[in-house]
Amino acid sequence: MQTTLENHPLTHHLFWRRWHWLLWVVVVAGVYSWAIGGLHFTGIQESAGSVSRSILHGLLHPDWAYVYNGSGEDLSSLILQTLAIAFLGTFVSALISVPFAFWAARTDQHWAHLRSGSGKVVLTLIRTFPEIVLAIMFIKAVGPGSYAGVLAVSIHSIGMLGKLFSESLENMDRGAEEAIRSAGGNRSEILTLATLPTIFPEFISYTLYRFEIAVRSASILGMVGAGGIGTPLIFAIQTRSWSRVGIILLGIIVMVLAIDSLSEQLRKKLI
Amino acid sequence: MTNSTLDLPKRPWRQRYHVAAIGWTLVLGVLLVLSSLMTGANLGTFLSNIDQFLALLVQMSHPAWSYLHVILQPLYETIQMAILGTTIGAVLAVPFALLAASNLVGNRLLRGLIRFFLDLVRTLPDLLLAAIFVAVFGIGSTAGVITLAIFSFGMVSKLFYEVIETIDMGPLEALKSVGATKVTMIWYAVLPQILNQFVSYFLYTLEINVRASTVLGYLGAGGIGVYLQRSLGEFNYSATAVIILATLVVVLVIDGISNHLRRVLL
Repeated sequence: MQTTLENHPLTHHLFWRRWHWLLWVVVVAGVYSWAIGGLHFTGIQESAGSVSRSILHGLLHPDWAYVYNGSGEDLSSLILQTLAIAFLGTFVSALISVPFAFWAARTDQHWAHLRSGSGKVVLTLIRTFPEIVLAIMFIKAVGPGSYAGVLAVSIHSIGMLGKLFSESLENMDRGAEEAIRSAGGNRSEILTLATLPTIFPEFISYTLYRFEIAVRSASILGMVGAGGIGTPLIFAIQTRSWSRVGIILLGIIVMVLAIDSLSEQLRKKLI
Repeated sequence: MTNSTLDLPKRPWRQRYHVAAIGWTLVLGVLLVLSSLMTGANLGTFLSNIDQFLALLVQMSHPAWSYLHVILQPLYETIQMAILGTTIGAVLAVPFALLAASNLVGNRLLRGLIRFFLDLVRTLPDLLLAAIFVAVFGIGSTAGVITLAIFSFGMVSKLFYEVIETIDMGPLEALKSVGATKVTMIWYAVLPQILNQFVSYFLYTLEINVRASTVLGYLGAGGIGVYLQRSLGEFNYSATAVIILATLVVVLVIDGISNHLRRVLL
């Protein structure tokens, strides 16, 4: 019998390789039909068109008088307050994150490590709480206002910065530590003269990056009453004063763009 | 002469007195004090009310597991919203990413405009978009899907154009030299090179969106967040704990699947 391409034993294996994409098509189609079938799009209100037109009109005609009116409740002072929440929350939590990072960092190659493992679990647990839930919990403790926002931002930042810091500790260059040790330095000298100086620029860089994120979250935490620009924004949306919404959105956009470029400049200088 | 070999290099006074470090520390300290004044942060207030906070945590540490069957359906809805929103956002992002890539579009002005637009989209936090779209479309998952679509559009388009800028230009030149049109060039020379990375970034964005979509409902944009808001509003913290834990499980499962697929792809 002549061996053709069709009955050759090797081509038989090729069948799976040639047609396995069909399986993926079926899987993807299944996922999408489940996703589309499960959602109800009936909730669209009839005024959607007119509302979006008035939003656009409001965005194009912002309420410039709100930028500064000296009352302390205007855009510029609330933007400053938002920045203060993000700044205090981030930089305080950066300090608290350092011991957490040393707790969670694993420096040997053993597959299970009690200290590092428990530290990683604690950091994951902290990160599990959405910032907005933390804000509501802290409002219970200290009352509504920007202090609750500071606490929410800082606790959430500890979860994230602790993880980032511990990963950079795991990957750091250990040459300087070895040099100090071989010259007879004790543990505290290794920490202060080798470990911290090596890792410091990376810590600062991550802190600045986290500050960029914190500015965004601080601007929405006010929606649940945790201070900052979010509170007047949600009031303006609820009362449908779209020119007020427009100027607040502009304020947030300018603030975020400014902080992002400032932090990018600083981080470029660092690393 | 013998002394000169022992001389240490002279440091300028700026280095000797650590002017930059002390300056930065002072600036940081002043800013921290100013912002704590502005936000009214006060450790004493927190410590005096800490018993209330601890009582809340104690309630949370006893999750009401019976609540789990109530939130199963909204959990599915959350994942569905994330899948649809990410898909719409990623599909919309492809043309913008192609236009923003510096190796495909020579026109600096057009590229700059597109990039500026994408930067603007990325400045808006997800919950802020949710608040606006709930006002436009009404309470429900439609607002959530659109929020996630816009949110992932901003993120994905940047990731995509950065991938496009790293492609090998050889196939493109080959097609150009035989007189292919722009569309043919993109279809046969650009897309095959970037498809795997596109899918990988799509899955990464999906992970982030699953996390984000769990809180969107807090403002009425559908999904598990609606129940999060309800339980917090009713001070039913043991139900809140169940929601948070269930969300964590969903996020971990989605992360696991997506990580596995991304390892297979790359």
